[in-house]
Amino acid sequence: MSFVRDTYLVETPPPGMNVGVLGWLRGNLFSSASNTLLTLFGMYVLWTVVPPLIEWALLDAVWQGSGREACLVEGAGACWAFVAAKFGQFIYGTYTFEERWRVDLAFLAGALTVGLLMIERMPGRRYIAVFGLLIYPVIAYILLTGGMFGLPEVETTLWGGLLLTFVVASVGIVVSFPLGIVLALGRRSQMPVMRVLSVIYIEAWRGVPLITVLFMASVMLPLFLPAGTNFDKLLRVLIGVALFSSAYMAEVVRGGLQAIPRGQYEAASALGLGFWQANLLIIMPQALRLVIPGIVNTFIGLFKDTTLVMIVGLFDFLGSIQVNFSDANWATPQTAATGYAFAALVYWIICYSMSRYSMRLEARLNEGTRRA
Amino acid sequence: MRTQAFWNDPRIRAWFFQILAVLVVGGFIAIIVTNTVDNLNALNVASGFGFLQHTAGFGISQTLIEYSESSSYGRAFLVALLNTLLVAGIGIFFATVVGFLVGIARLSPNWLVARLATVYIETFRNIPLLLQILFWYTAVLSNLPAPRNSLEIGSLLMNNRGLYLPAPVGEPGFGFVVAAFFIALLGIVFLRHWSQRRRIATGRGLPIMWPSLGLLFGLPLITFWLAGAPLHFEVPELRGFNFVGGLRAIPELLALVLALSIYTAAFIAEIVRSGIQAVSWGQSEAAQALGLRRTQILRLVVIPQALRVIIPPLTSQYLNLTKNSSLAAALAYPELASVFAGTVLNQTGQAIEVLTITMAVYLGLSLLTSAAMNFYNSRIALVER
Repeated sequence: MSFVRDTYLVETPPPGMNVGVLGWLRGNLFSSASNTLLTLFGMYVLWTVVPPLIEWALLDAVWQGSGREACLVEGAGACWAFVAAKFGQFIYGTYTFEERWRVDLAFLAGALTVGLLMIERMPGRRYIAVFGLLIYPVIAYILLTGGMFGLPEVETTLWGGLLLTFVVASVGIVVSFPLGIVLALGRRSQMPVMRVLSVIYIEAWRGVPLITVLFMASVMLPLFLPAGTNFDKLLRVLIGVALFSSAYMAEVVRGGLQAIPRGQYEAASALGLGFWQANLLIIMPQALRLVIPGIVNTFIGLFKDTTLVMIVGLFDFLGSIQVNFSDANWATPQTAATGYAFAALVYWIICYSMSRYSMRLEARLNEGTRRA
Repeated sequence: MRTQAFWNDPRIRAWFFQILAVLVVGGFIAIIVTNTVDNLNALNVASGFGFLQHTAGFGISQTLIEYSESSSYGRAFLVALLNTLLVAGIGIFFATVVGFLVGIARLSPNWLVARLATVYIETFRNIPLLLQILFWYTAVLSNLPAPRNSLEIGSLLMNNRGLYLPAPVGEPGFGFVVAAFFIALLGIVFLRHWSQRRRIATGRGLPIMWPSLGLLFGLPLITFWLAGAPLHFEVPELRGFNFVGGLRAIPELLALVLALSIYTAAFIAEIVRSGIQAVSWGQSEAAQALGLRRTQILRLVVIPQALRVIIPPLTSQYLNLTKNSSLAAALAYPELASVFAGTVLNQTGQAIEVLTITMAVYLGLSLLTSAAMNFYNSRIALVER
């Protein structure tokens, strides 16, 4: 007698411990004794950091008030009222009150340009880039300094806060871009003199800390110029920052140039293109596409480094927060911590979103070479 | 052959442009130098490096070598340089330890630990370093209790004047222990060498790890005991309003070390992660197929290859940390940028000389490091067929 089974058995579900939330927990957190220990340690770290932080920043925080009394309550956490009261100064510094709309306008135009540039399928993206690099700086300069077209002049000594941070960082990156390209070409040049000069320039700037460059710009630069030339402090710092970051930019651009195969140069020569034609029409468009993530990373570094202008006496975002700690009306034990927390949050949001963007760009650029 | 116009000859063109470049740069430098000389004459500022012998006349809050107000500017420079190297050295140590731990944690199969490591990295590397330094200094360390109510962690004391540690004081005879330590090190080198030779000759090496550890700890300990324990700890004592004795780290140093190592560790962690990920799975699998044990795979196959990727960017992070220690200028920690490019520059007014020396020191450190790096790279570079 024989028996042939002609129906399948009903599938039994996998053991409950291996699927769903339980399975995930077991696989990722409690797979072995040592793993369990690690998880417990991680939970302990979370437990010591997160609840006190939430308590300080949210639950016990003081949100409203017009002076220190509000924040001097027993057991008070962060003094956000301080940030609210000084918000205008943190953003504009001591920029003339009635003229602050000009800063807003410049911010807005800049944000719009950058925003449009980030949309990949934007028609006429190239023209927007040219506008951003060439025309926008002029408009922003006229708007911010004034003194023409009926706009009253606002001296740069009044500039401060986030405005100054953005001015220093964007001028640094925009000016260093052409300089960096020239230096990168120089470093790869066949002519020994050009190569040596570029290498000396790049390595010398990269070898010293920015703070000494700023000292140099604010103390030595006036000595270099003919006697009697009077010099804006902000302009001195901007020159220092631009020279410094052009060395870093040169290395970023050089990385892009190195990624272009020789065949491209040879093909350009075969077509009868000269040095500048080949570089402008064939090499640079390809190389610069490759280095956009690197440029964004340089910008992040520069953005963080703008805080150093505080040491030579300019009040950037961090500087104008710091200077308000000495306001007797807001002297509480929590003022400094609150101010720094606010500054950290703002810097973090800006830098983190830029780094995410650069990572996404990098992934997109690598799409062709990635394997499934 | 058609003769070429001479201005179309690439070699002549190259010469022309190079001479032009030299002229432009040279002319630029000449203008700057003449302007500077004129300006300095007009301002009546002394020039030259003679000021290094003059009396400094200011105190420095932390000195590793003998220094007083009557010491010279040259001496002040040395003190400042040593303080820079001190903060850089301590910072590099902690940044490396934390960075490697976090980098490895980021690759951990444990979901929670990997996430925590990611949060650490993304938080600290996206906040400006100066902000972190000021935060630790102003918001944390200055708010610690006064010396009377110091926080005690074991034999460590923390208060708003800094961190106090018991200072080890060697008595006569302690030299023997130090000597024993170095003899043990030599012994380990010899042991490894011997084991290697035997492995090549017979195919079977000697056990290394346990004898090495025994030698490293055993020999100095035995000497220590034989010499009659020639070491005691000087514990800081509260006298009046302050502690006396022991080792003291000033709050400026603590804030700098904390911020520098936490910040740089975030970058090192990313370097370590990418270094480990750069070693392909095939390497570990091949090693397993050859019958190597887990520890052997790590030690002989994975780590050497990962280090090849890790070390160059790691040294550049070390260099960054050293350069970033100049941010101490914001705290008045007495290092090169704040003592020399700050106080000395203000007192002498000799901006050119002072800044040249300062920048030359940092540049020298950078060039030395990159020379060492190039040497290392040429040694470990993959030998390809």
